[in-house]
Amino acid sequence: MNWIALGIFVLLFGLISWMGFAAAHWRKGDLDQLHEWGLGGRRFGTLVTWFLVGGDIYTAYTFIAVPALAYGAGAVAFFAVPYTIMIYPLLFLAFRRLWHVCAKHGYITAGDFVRGRFGNRWLALAVTITGIVATMPYIALQLLGIQVVIGALGISGTGFAADLPLIIAFVVLAAFTYSSGLRAPASIAIVKDILIYFTALVAVIVIPAELGGFGKIFAAIPAQKLLLAVPGPHTTGAYSAYATLALGSALALFLYPHSLTGILSASSGHAIRRNAAMLPGYSFMLGLLALFGFFVIAAGIDKLPEYAEGFKQFGNNFAVPALLLHSFPSWFVGIAFAAIGIGALVPAAIMSIAAANLYTRNIHREFINKNPTDKQEARMAKLVSLIVKAGALVFILFVPTQYAIQLQLLGGIWIIQTLPPVMLGAYTRWFNDWALLAGWAAGTFAGTAMAIAAKLTPTYPLLVGGHTFPGYTAVYTVILNLGVAILLTPVFNSMSAGRVPADETVAADYQA
Amino acid sequence: MSGAQRKMSGSQKKRGGWSWWYLLFVLQFAVMLWPPIYNRAEPSVMGVPFFYWFQLSWVLIGAVFTAVVYFAADE
Repeated sequence: MNWIALGIFVLLFGLISWMGFAAAHWRKGDLDQLHEWGLGGRRFGTLVTWFLVGGDIYTAYTFIAVPALAYGAGAVAFFAVPYTIMIYPLLFLAFRRLWHVCAKHGYITAGDFVRGRFGNRWLALAVTITGIVATMPYIALQLLGIQVVIGALGISGTGFAADLPLIIAFVVLAAFTYSSGLRAPASIAIVKDILIYFTALVAVIVIPAELGGFGKIFAAIPAQKLLLAVPGPHTTGAYSAYATLALGSALALFLYPHSLTGILSASSGHAIRRNAAMLPGYSFMLGLLALFGFFVIAAGIDKLPEYAEGFKQFGNNFAVPALLLHSFPSWFVGIAFAAIGIGALVPAAIMSIAAANLYTRNIHREFINKNPTDKQEARMAKLVSLIVKAGALVFILFVPTQYAIQLQLLGGIWIIQTLPPVMLGAYTRWFNDWALLAGWAAGTFAGTAMAIAAKLTPTYPLLVGGHTFPGYTAVYTVILNLGVAILLTPVFNSMSAGRVPADETVAADYQA
Repeated sequence: MSGAQRKMSGSQKKRGGWSWWYLLFVLQFAVMLWPPIYNRAEPSVMGVPFFYWFQLSWVLIGAVFTAVVYFAADE
């Protein structure tokens, strides 16, 4: 047991728990209204949005899993860098339009927008269910991030005692999310990012110095891990896999309910666009963090007996905790682990809020209680946020970790199928709403089938005319989705000739 | 095309339409989506292979591009 590290970890956790509850009074609003509880009253300026969206998309799981992939698979893990480079033009162009229209019409979720834009509640329901289902395993993975650092702190036990720290962290998270809504993760994100930046900067300077410089580190990496494998004849090999993984992940990112919640809570379109230029600060750090996987190989940490148990229990995900334990004194390990643990709480809180907003607005209000009071609506969302988190906790405690990871992978393939109505919907009402629904169904079905055929790995070896194009299933299936929607739009339009397409938005709503 | 749609596409041209500055974004996507450009070890910088420092430097280039578009095209 590492007492100093544990003490600092607990201290920092206590601090942010207090902040989470105190946040209810920050930029005070009436938390009995859904847009106050679930969007922080759309009051966050450029800087808070930067922390919130940053905390939202660069999660604890990212900080554990990307270096773990670099450690295990090498260069391919670096796809995270082009991925995070491509998300910002999308944020700048498409999602700014979405911010404007949502602020104008009081939309809180993607489901709200699709309902208003296309006037089809079944299409909105498809977008909503996809959002909730894709978010659930993502929350579970955040809890996994906490579990890995708790394990690395040397807390072990059997049965209930072993799970107790995670359950405590979860109860605290659930309680402050319930009472403070989106204000809680927004305030905590500031502390979390200071800790993460501090940890990453120190580690990226100190560890290479200890190991004798970057030259020595890269020299220790086996050649097949250092670069992408050059494709053989009749295949685009690792190149198309790398590019489509980056592109598909980028297209999917802001479609996730938690990313959209972060964006919609901004106070202005200017705040969004400024963030598109400022958020790459996180991408740079993520790129540096990916290299941690190589530090582990160069330092030979995976061969040391004291970490064998951890690697056995958590697999490659133990690479970063082991590296930190090996390279730093206890007090620093405490700070670094707290940064990762808190880095899990922020997105987990936002995700549960986003899923709660979706259920409340687009399922409960649409199909069950059509005229709730503001108070009923806010109370329903708070309740659902608890249910969602409890579900994630049960999942991570009782279901093998591998399933959560595989479900999160499927989640990426599912969520990208909402791209035509949500992202393209921000530009055009050309599509027929039923054609969009058919496209969504085709993409979701084909994506699931292809992922299963590929043994639940992200890339599918598409065979066309004797050539193989290995690529991210999400990209292939969203193209299918779009194709179906484009082909069926004139067909469905001609069947309902004379019907004026429903659309409660006008072009000016999408601009400043 | 219904009257409402025609009105929409007309007013879209006036406000927030295409800007040539957006070509910077196209360039950014094109470079990132073509791994043969950067899948090589040399030239390395301070021991860091080309593959790694090239992509990391595009994070900064991308941020500069976005800032340029923000000031040039949208203000």
